[in-house]
Amino acid sequence: MKSPTKPQKQTQKLVKHKITGDNLFKIFATIIAASALIILIITGYTLLKGSIPAIQNFGLNFFFGQQWNPVEGREIYGILPYILGTLVTSGIALLIGVPLSLGIAIFLVEMAPRSLRVPVSYIVELLAAVPSVIYGLWGIFVLRGWMVTYVETPLSKYLGWIPIFSGTPQGLDIFAAGVILAIMIIPTIASLSKEVLTAVPNSIREGAYSIGATKWEVIKRWVLSYGKSGIFAAVILGLGRAVGETMAVTMLIGNATGPSAMPHSLFQSGQTMASLIANGFMEATTGSLKLSTYLGVGLTLLIMSLIINVGAHLIMTRVFKVKGGAIE
Amino acid sequence: MMNSYGFRKLKNNLFFTLCAICVIIAIIPLASILFEVTIRGAPQLSLTFLTGTSANGGIGPAIQGTIILVCLTSAIGIPIGILSGIYLSEFGNNKYAQNLRAINNIITQFPSIIIGITIYGIIVLTLSSYSAIAGAIALSFILIPIVTRTTEESLKLVPNTLREASLALGVHNWRTTLNIVLPTAKNGLLTGTLLAVARIAGETAPLIMTILGNRYFFQGLNQPIAALPLEIYKNALQPYPEIQAQGWGAALILILIVLIVNITVRIATRSK
Repeated sequence: MKSPTKPQKQTQKLVKHKITGDNLFKIFATIIAASALIILIITGYTLLKGSIPAIQNFGLNFFFGQQWNPVEGREIYGILPYILGTLVTSGIALLIGVPLSLGIAIFLVEMAPRSLRVPVSYIVELLAAVPSVIYGLWGIFVLRGWMVTYVETPLSKYLGWIPIFSGTPQGLDIFAAGVILAIMIIPTIASLSKEVLTAVPNSIREGAYSIGATKWEVIKRWVLSYGKSGIFAAVILGLGRAVGETMAVTMLIGNATGPSAMPHSLFQSGQTMASLIANGFMEATTGSLKLSTYLGVGLTLLIMSLIINVGAHLIMTRVFKVKGGAIE
Repeated sequence: MMNSYGFRKLKNNLFFTLCAICVIIAIIPLASILFEVTIRGAPQLSLTFLTGTSANGGIGPAIQGTIILVCLTSAIGIPIGILSGIYLSEFGNNKYAQNLRAINNIITQFPSIIIGITIYGIIVLTLSSYSAIAGAIALSFILIPIVTRTTEESLKLVPNTLREASLALGVHNWRTTLNIVLPTAKNGLLTGTLLAVARIAGETAPLIMTILGNRYFFQGLNQPIAALPLEIYKNALQPYPEIQAQGWGAALILILIVLIVNITVRIATRSK
């Protein structure tokens, strides 16, 4: 300590940068706000680390194989049937759910009298509030009967010669899982599409009416085409929900494993990645290849969900930026 | 002929009827679920059913377990979620916050079963036991992003003039946030948080591999615990009608909790 002023200066500096309530609060909030990032990293890391043994052991066959043999010493696991099962059930859900959701959104924005708007959109929101496991319970004891009697039996009787309608209808199958998923994604797609349609400027509608278009023509040619990228994003978010939905699907899909789970017909039992985990995860013992396989399935599902949701997010931010600019 | 006004009008009406039918089709499942759950669940309700263990045909442990899990999850998830939301809304004008916002939106959409096996990997394997705390952490991983988002949205609705007025009086930034902005956004915060909690109360998939289920009442945070959604799942898959009926009873309780929260919140916010 050569000069007595130096430490004094340092204290002054410290006082200037002293930790005030403001700084402390901001730092604290900054750290806590990283929780989303931390959740993402923990999830990715745990699944990646856990699935390495299975992926190393089976190589590409892990993703493209169909075998499922848990006999110790001769274990072989391929997850292709479950990837396809996920895609097929989600595809059915979109085929049924998207037209219904768009119909609901158009009804709410363009047609419904004011007195109906609030209750109907509230009912659609309630559909989203019902827990997935209750959909499953209802699916097993109610929807299954309806499906067999009114949908699957007639389809298999008259169209049974088409491969996708072959097999005996029994209600615990890929089709039933797709239908319950369609019901579950309606609130997601309908409420987002409703917002997109509401954001379409009225001047567009008025311009179209002024050249003599009917309401349906206005919606078809102008409103839907103006909102199409937003609606596309809504559909993708619905797909994201369908891909990851677990309980209702697990209870209705019939839970096949191995090559028999490859989706050939709508009326056969299948398996999605999520339902595979929900069903079999508890049978896997610690450190086993089977556990690693389940974590690998989880990783694949995570990657699929990431791609879908990042895609939807990118479209959404672009849509709303463009729209913001157009409105302002 | 094809373009005559009459034909176009007809197409118009046809299309509107189709849209109305879509709405009716969407209402059918909800109506049927509420109807069946009430019809099949209501006969189950009795004091022993609500408070007894499975030995005397009750779902007491499951109800208790769900209450404990919801409280624990709220205690972990709500403070973290609200603070993250505050950061994104009040200090969120930078690249870091923008990225966090995007990540938050994306993990809100994560399949919940993925959270379940992640928590199995990091907590259940570490403690080498299924436990209530593992379940609560899994559920809070789901709760945090939702609460973050609703907090940010409700804080953004607070007019900036209120913040400026408070700062002009010489109040610190953080006091402004806690004493002016948060109380103003109270209604939105409460609504969003309650709806999020109602949602995690019905979450099942991540519980399968974290809490395992338990036939007895609460035995400690590091022990397996029962929960309503898990009880419904297990009972539904049993071949015995009387056990399936218990599942419907449990479903009635669960759906009552979820609906009461949803409807109360809706009515409370509507009247304002």
